[in-house]
Amino acid sequence: MTAAAARVPQPGRRPGAGHAVASGRLRALVPPVGAAIVVLLLWEFLLQALGFAEFLLPRPTTIVTAFLQQWPVLQKGIVYTGGEALAGFLVGVSLGVIAAFATARWATAREALMPVAIAASSIPIIAMAPISSAWFGVESPLARIFIVTLMVFFPVMVNTVRGLTSVEASALELMRSYAAGDVDTFRHVRIPNALPFVFTALRIAATLSVIGAVIGEYFGGPRYSLGIYISSEAYLFRYPNAWAGIVCACLIGTAFFAAVLLLERIAIPWHRADGRDA
Amino acid sequence: MIPDSAIPAAAAAATPVVEIRGVDKTFATASGGVVALQGIDLTIRAGEFVSLIGPSGCGKSTLLRIIGDLTGPSAGDVLVNGKPSHRARLDRDYGMVFQAPVLMDWRTVSRNVELPLEVMRYPKADRQARSKRLLDLVELGEFGDRYPWQLSGGMQQRVAIARAFAFDPALILMDEPFGALDEMTRERMNLELMRIWRETETTIVFVTHSIPEAVFLSTRVVVMSPRPGRVNRVVAVDLPQPRTFETREERRYFELVTEVREALRGFEEAAAVDEVVDARIRVEGIG
Amino acid sequence: MTTSAAAGIVPPGLLAPAGGWSRRHPLLRQAVLLGGVLLLIAFAWEAAKWLAGDPWRIAIGGFTYTHTPPLAWRIASDISLPHLWTIVATLFDPVPGGPPLWLFLTGAAFYTLRTAFVGFAAGALLGLGLGIVFVHSRFLERALVPWVVGSQTVPIIAIAPIVVVALGASWISVAVVATYLTFFPVAIAAIRGLRAYDRRAGELMRSYAASTPQVLWKLRLPASVPYLFSALRVAAAASVVGTIVGELPSGIPEGLGRAVLNFTQYYVTAPERLWATVASCAMTGLVFVGLVRFAEAFLTRGRYRPAAV
Repeated sequence: MTAAAARVPQPGRRPGAGHAVASGRLRALVPPVGAAIVVLLLWEFLLQALGFAEFLLPRPTTIVTAFLQQWPVLQKGIVYTGGEALAGFLVGVSLGVIAAFATARWATAREALMPVAIAASSIPIIAMAPISSAWFGVESPLARIFIVTLMVFFPVMVNTVRGLTSVEASALELMRSYAAGDVDTFRHVRIPNALPFVFTALRIAATLSVIGAVIGEYFGGPRYSLGIYISSEAYLFRYPNAWAGIVCACLIGTAFFAAVLLLERIAIPWHRADGRDA
Repeated sequence: MIPDSAIPAAAAAATPVVEIRGVDKTFATASGGVVALQGIDLTIRAGEFVSLIGPSGCGKSTLLRIIGDLTGPSAGDVLVNGKPSHRARLDRDYGMVFQAPVLMDWRTVSRNVELPLEVMRYPKADRQARSKRLLDLVELGEFGDRYPWQLSGGMQQRVAIARAFAFDPALILMDEPFGALDEMTRERMNLELMRIWRETETTIVFVTHSIPEAVFLSTRVVVMSPRPGRVNRVVAVDLPQPRTFETREERRYFELVTEVREALRGFEEAAAVDEVVDARIRVEGIG
Repeated sequence: MTTSAAAGIVPPGLLAPAGGWSRRHPLLRQAVLLGGVLLLIAFAWEAAKWLAGDPWRIAIGGFTYTHTPPLAWRIASDISLPHLWTIVATLFDPVPGGPPLWLFLTGAAFYTLRTAFVGFAAGALLGLGLGIVFVHSRFLERALVPWVVGSQTVPIIAIAPIVVVALGASWISVAVVATYLTFFPVAIAAIRGLRAYDRRAGELMRSYAASTPQVLWKLRLPASVPYLFSALRVAAAASVVGTIVGELPSGIPEGLGRAVLNFTQYYVTAPERLWATVASCAMTGLVFVGLVRFAEAFLTRGRYRPAAV
């Protein structure tokens, strides 16, 4: 509230209107893109001059060549591994949100389950991957979907419960003064309040799901799945190919992350994380 | 309309809106009970503007929240519009304004004003018409599409006031609504509140710790003493209506300010002790 | 201070527990609730086996009874879901040519914990360093923070083998993998925390004509402590994950990662060993995060209201 109180209203300017904002957004892209170009140039020309082993960290151009050459395999890998990650992400997020609603409603359930959920988010669930493979079969994508679901579930649940319960006491009193029922309080106060928390969790879940799928494939999966592809190419010392596979995994992760950001912008236009903290 | 001099004698004819009979309130803490209110008797009639004033810890906010059934009394009865306060809350008999604006970040200004109307299932067209009328009333008509963070603190509080009036409650409860504002904004808001009070013909119960504010706004000032919170004195404010900018320069205004100040004297020491108690309560995590 | 609001902490009033004995003994209540949940999980586990697992013989004294579950579900079979007592019992069986399993796993856990700690410490310092740089240079922040975020979309398992080959198959290269996962939450929290100081205090420092390092040391860093500790808890968990994942391709025989791989190979004959290993991975994560929480509670006692739950 203090930040809002300090801000002077500007009647002339509306947010998101006018091309001034658009060009400002473009300008914001200049430093990161510039940094990327500088790093890629250094990587391409300087790293080997410094005696860094080419076979370990190939030049960007070598990786791009390998990428294009291997595209038919990589394409299948992207679809397969991306599909696993997406399925696990969707199932895990849905279950996490449902569990959060169930627990947020009853204080005792919350007190009992939250410590367990918080503890569960600090255990390396990935160690379950071989068991999951044994359960669902090495070839079945269900093995990875299960692991991703499990990895995504806990952070989503914990964050959503926090969002649903960390409501200003006075907002609840306000609703009480309207004699509003539980449903209205959830709809008008708790759920909107929880959305930023949920999206924070979704950002985490977006990257976790790809990592979970790729690591899960370490314990089984078809030959073209990204996890198997990367580790077997690295094992055979075909590092440019392995790096091309890594790039694919990054692309999936980035795409998920970008999708979450886009959804966030649409779903919570009022929330300006950057503007508020600065 | 309010008669030119809203003295208790004139108000006595009006129907009681709030009746408080023998209310006690005790808070349980780790180190035993703290008596916040003791033996409160107070009747507030239609059209009155009553301020509750006292040092921090005298239970004035608690009393307001008991009237609104946001917390219950430990003993005694509270009637609002002749029915128990719980029933009155369910009937949506009063509007509430807090010290913080408590606007929903995710709603535009006008949708914030519509919030109680949505909860109370008003039809959409009616909601929008009321929101527009009330935003005009608080002179924020052109800010309806903004989000709360785009408004200054004073403007946000005006939105909160518009929201409280949105469903035409006959009674408005205000808990230090201008406490966080600077002095000049506060004086302007006081004038504005007077105008809204006259135009809407509501009854207002107003918690404050500012003596000039209480005298300027009220038809009666209830002076409370701390721990246990009691009604120490009730000062009738016989300043003429409507109150204007000049009211603050009248001789009678200064006399009344002095009278309230005298009634409050002797609590300073108690207030200092209270702050220690408050701090201890905070540390013990009871607050 | 407004930090509590910014960190999304529940106001104390909302957490007021229900009355009665539990109100007077919140810790006891927590323990009872936690025990209840764990018992419930154990009960569900064995109930699944009772309903749909493999037949088993129960022998108490001279009395024997063979239970044949009415249903058959692959996931409740003895291969997929061993009895809890089988898992506990296997802890006392010796591993082939070695000590009892529990001793072996404890040793592996300590080895992994040490690597994780080194990775954690390096990652925390790197993250804090990056945060300090970013809050002082808008340009570097704009240029590099998107790439710091992007770095986390790189699946570490993918780069782990390459790091191991590049730096040699030693625990140091595994620690580097752990560092890679650790620095990110710390860096992000540091950027927020180092900016979370009271504006008025900032003006006060300005009125003293304090130098940038003085402002950093006396104002920004203290203000960032709550943010840093909540990130360190996340980072501690991440460093254990990073270490175990890094150990998978490293070929180091000592750590938990290797134990996971080993017992995966014997899964068909002795699934309970893999389950015991997974449980010790979980314990390692919990212990490390618990240590960080303990350090937080000890270092900051009474200085600020710690985050609820």
